[in-house]
Amino acid sequence: MSTLQSLATDIALGKVKIVDLTHTLDPDFPVIILPPEFGQCARFRMEEISAYDHRGPAWKWHNLTLSEHTGTHFDAPSHWISGRDVPNGSVDEIPLDAFVGPVVVIDCSEGAEKNDDFELTPEVIQKWEAEHGIIPSGAWVLMRTDWSKRSGAEYLNMREDGPHSPGPTPDGIKFLIDQRDIRGFGTETVGTDAGQGSHYVPPYPAHYFLHGAGKYGLQCLANLDQLPPTGAILLAAPLKIKNGTGSPLRVLAMIEN
Amino acid sequence: MTEPLAFPPKKDPQKRSTTPTRPPEARSRASLALSAAAAEGRFALQVCDECQTVQYPPRDACVSCIGTDLRWTDVSPKGHLLAETTVRTSTKLFFRERAPWRMGSVKLDVGPVVLCHIHGDCVRGGAVKLLNRLDKSGQGVLIATPLERSDHMEDDPQLRALSAHPKHRRILITDAWNPNTPALAQALLDAGAATVFVGEAESWRPHPNRDILAKMANVEVLPLDVTDTSSVQKLAGEIGGKTDILINNARFLRPGGVLSRGDTGFARDEMEVNYLGLMRLAQAFGPGMCARTADGVNSAAAWVNILSAYALSNTPDYGCFSASNAAAYSLSQSLRGEFRSSGLRVMNVFVGPTDDDWHAPLPPPKVLPQGLARSVVAGLIDGLEDVFCGDIAKDIRDRWQQNAKVLEREMTFGSDSA
Amino acid sequence: MAKPRQSYEGVAITAPFSMPYQRYSIDTAHWWIAKALRGSLDAAGLKPNDLDGFSVASFTLFPDSAVGLTQHLGLCPRWLDHIPMGGASASVAIRRAARAIQAGDANIVACVAGDTNHIDSFRNMLSSFSRFAQDASYPYGYGGPNANFALLTDRYMQEFGAAREDFGRICVAQRENALRYPNAIMKKPLTLEHYISARPIADPIALFDCVMPCAGSECFLLMSEDEAINRNLPYATLGGAIERHNAHSTDDIQLRGGWTMDIDELYTMSDCTPNDIDLLQTYDDYPVISMMQIEDLGFCAKGDGPEFVRNHDLTIDGDFPHNTSGGQLSAGQAGAAGGYIGMVEAIRQVTGTAGGTQVKNASTAMVSGFGMINYDRGVCTSASILKTGVRVHD
Repeated sequence: MSTLQSLATDIALGKVKIVDLTHTLDPDFPVIILPPEFGQCARFRMEEISAYDHRGPAWKWHNLTLSEHTGTHFDAPSHWISGRDVPNGSVDEIPLDAFVGPVVVIDCSEGAEKNDDFELTPEVIQKWEAEHGIIPSGAWVLMRTDWSKRSGAEYLNMREDGPHSPGPTPDGIKFLIDQRDIRGFGTETVGTDAGQGSHYVPPYPAHYFLHGAGKYGLQCLANLDQLPPTGAILLAAPLKIKNGTGSPLRVLAMIEN
Repeated sequence: MTEPLAFPPKKDPQKRSTTPTRPPEARSRASLALSAAAAEGRFALQVCDECQTVQYPPRDACVSCIGTDLRWTDVSPKGHLLAETTVRTSTKLFFRERAPWRMGSVKLDVGPVVLCHIHGDCVRGGAVKLLNRLDKSGQGVLIATPLERSDHMEDDPQLRALSAHPKHRRILITDAWNPNTPALAQALLDAGAATVFVGEAESWRPHPNRDILAKMANVEVLPLDVTDTSSVQKLAGEIGGKTDILINNARFLRPGGVLSRGDTGFARDEMEVNYLGLMRLAQAFGPGMCARTADGVNSAAAWVNILSAYALSNTPDYGCFSASNAAAYSLSQSLRGEFRSSGLRVMNVFVGPTDDDWHAPLPPPKVLPQGLARSVVAGLIDGLEDVFCGDIAKDIRDRWQQNAKVLEREMTFGSDSA
Repeated sequence: MAKPRQSYEGVAITAPFSMPYQRYSIDTAHWWIAKALRGSLDAAGLKPNDLDGFSVASFTLFPDSAVGLTQHLGLCPRWLDHIPMGGASASVAIRRAARAIQAGDANIVACVAGDTNHIDSFRNMLSSFSRFAQDASYPYGYGGPNANFALLTDRYMQEFGAAREDFGRICVAQRENALRYPNAIMKKPLTLEHYISARPIADPIALFDCVMPCAGSECFLLMSEDEAINRNLPYATLGGAIERHNAHSTDDIQLRGGWTMDIDELYTMSDCTPNDIDLLQTYDDYPVISMMQIEDLGFCAKGDGPEFVRNHDLTIDGDFPHNTSGGQLSAGQAGAAGGYIGMVEAIRQVTGTAGGTQVKNASTAMVSGFGMINYDRGVCTSASILKTGVRVHD
């Protein structure tokens, strides 16, 4: 039996399970908020074109409005200024093999429950590695915080000094890139950076370092609590948008039961 | 003395709601200037340039000298009631449904004799003051009222039918985020509104009005995002049948004209909120409100748009914002036409620069939330179509009415670079 | 000083004809006018081709006018008039037609008024009546003429102390007359008690102050006296006729009509005084306006109308026969024919052909018209005095 044949059999038998890591695209799902003088991320909007009515008697369909960075989405290197010269840095140019690969999950949910500004540091990573082994090169690293279980105002967790949500420190993300050569980094929060990430040096270190190094980002992920720490495969293929800096997408994981 | 208007009992669900009917709408072109004056709450009649004779009914030539230069001029509305009758039958359904209807003839101090509606507190032979108000057909009509304010005089059925008084009405303010919303809600409650619904967009973000509104009695904050069709439809499904007045204060504003911006990003947001937001609200709430304009004491009465005065003439420092407001203004005119046969009034409140961050670079005067709230409530009570709030808005109106092209030229001065 | 008017001598008014009125009709104004015209022509033994003058008053001919009627009815007049003056039409038509006869512009003129009354006619007519009414009267309760006359009545009562009973006397007397006129729509006796207790319409006006709109038509002919004598027709002559429009326009409210400006001249031309008038036909769409006519035509002083009707018997056999065919209040208001009803009846009276309503030895009749509530008052007034020319054998 070929590899794919046995995979198909295993999926059919339930030995390999598909987990959906995606939030539903919904007008009420939060998007990143920037100071109002900056351009803003478009909210997801859906306008009916027709619904079996005078506008189209036998069919129903919608026009969508959204940003590349609305809902569960993929960040390409060209999203950040540090990645503007990375070859094949936009979603339409990224090599296909980048979209399917191994994934590890660092469970920070306990820390995040205690501290909204929980930081992913090299120490946290190394502690995880002590238990689950060294993060393999080319792997997606997902930071589990159970943030996806929050809704409404709790999700962005905006205060007068800005949003508060967990994320990597500059050292933490640099460690993953420089020491482990990861494929990309994903979070359950609205961005790959911490809510207060603009106060690091450099600001927004995850975006800055990941994309500068040609790595990818995934955010607004869900159901990370269903993934094993290691051993799962991630399927994350963005829409093929010319010069696109990111894309909403359906993120799936395959896990072995 | 007028009987105070009682809060209406709950509706009998087995009774058919009264179908909206209208008083006669047909008018000569000359008469439409009376409606135009009523739209701003002015009592104006034609005065002959040549011989100063005050005219009524509106004419195309002077009754005294046949001069054709008749100028609409604010004149004294005082006079006395000559004769009165109570019409108990009419071939017009609107009046038949409302019979008996008191009307009479008033001799104005400035000359003409006027047939008019009569407030219940006026007595035959007594001194009266005429008000020029828009009726359910959107035409200016005259009503005699007592010279001195009488108790509960606004509750007189004839006068109330010529206004969109907030008393006992349920009112939706569409944007909880707008800095003017708490003051607006308070002023409406003070004027007797039964409930103020406030639409709140993006409840996943905090904003300073949330706590203030939460503390106000008879204010209910409900989800509403005018850029989201489904959200607008959902709220209309919930409260569309009891929205008597809708005040659309949703606004997206950024400074800048065409070249200073360099893209269409904010312009899209401006159109989404200021123009398409109005359209979405009208499509969702309009039909229900139009069907309820004759629905008793708390019937649907008015649709209020808060617009920038620069809708009338663009100010390039806020060029794209002005354009979105011009679009909304134009759309409101379409709505007037579309609402006309129901009697639902569209009131546009044109506002000068407001006191907020975006207008910080501009010199005073600025419009404060309390000032806007006062204008809105007064406009509703007087049943106006066009309200100009703040000195700048009034200034723009005057210049615009005098010569729109001259105003445009004034607004578009260039600056010397060297 | 204006030149005195010339006399109307030599003119004969003859062949009066009334089509019996109907409350509602499915026929058109054209049909009603044709019927009345045929009635007068038959009475005079004439054919349509014999006419060379034609005068029409009607509200419901639209989109036609007198012009369209000539082709419709196959007439070929050399003198044509259309008189849009409602209740003032008859005296206006008669004086113009009389001048045409005197001047030789026409030999035989038919004056006809007629209107139909479909179920919705009255409402439609109101809605397109006049610009001032549209702009400044209808939006205030849409009471139509009821409301206008209610205001006049209200003011008249305040000013002159008239009581509703005073107006009632006029209505009750006319109903009594109507019971002797076979064409009248109202056939039940009316008492003062009925009048007072009737349903209010627009205070102080109640049901029996109002006319009932109906369909009907009226016609008569003018020709030279020689022509009438040759044709062996009984006829009336025209002592005088006046018309006046928009008189007393600065009066706050209409308590007098344009008659006061010309009435003395009318009596002078007609060589008579109010004492010589054997019967009076006023325009009576509401009793208040009949009372004002009694005053303005010189039968009593302004404000004495109430006293006058208390002291006089207005029935056919009374000391002041008034609206002997019941007037519009009891015979019905057939649109513009309502302006003719008194005139046609007066012609019958002075020619001795009035039948059941005949006033004994009537030889001088006054007919008065009032019309067109353009805004707050009637604009057109007219009046004429008819005298016996040749009476049928008494």
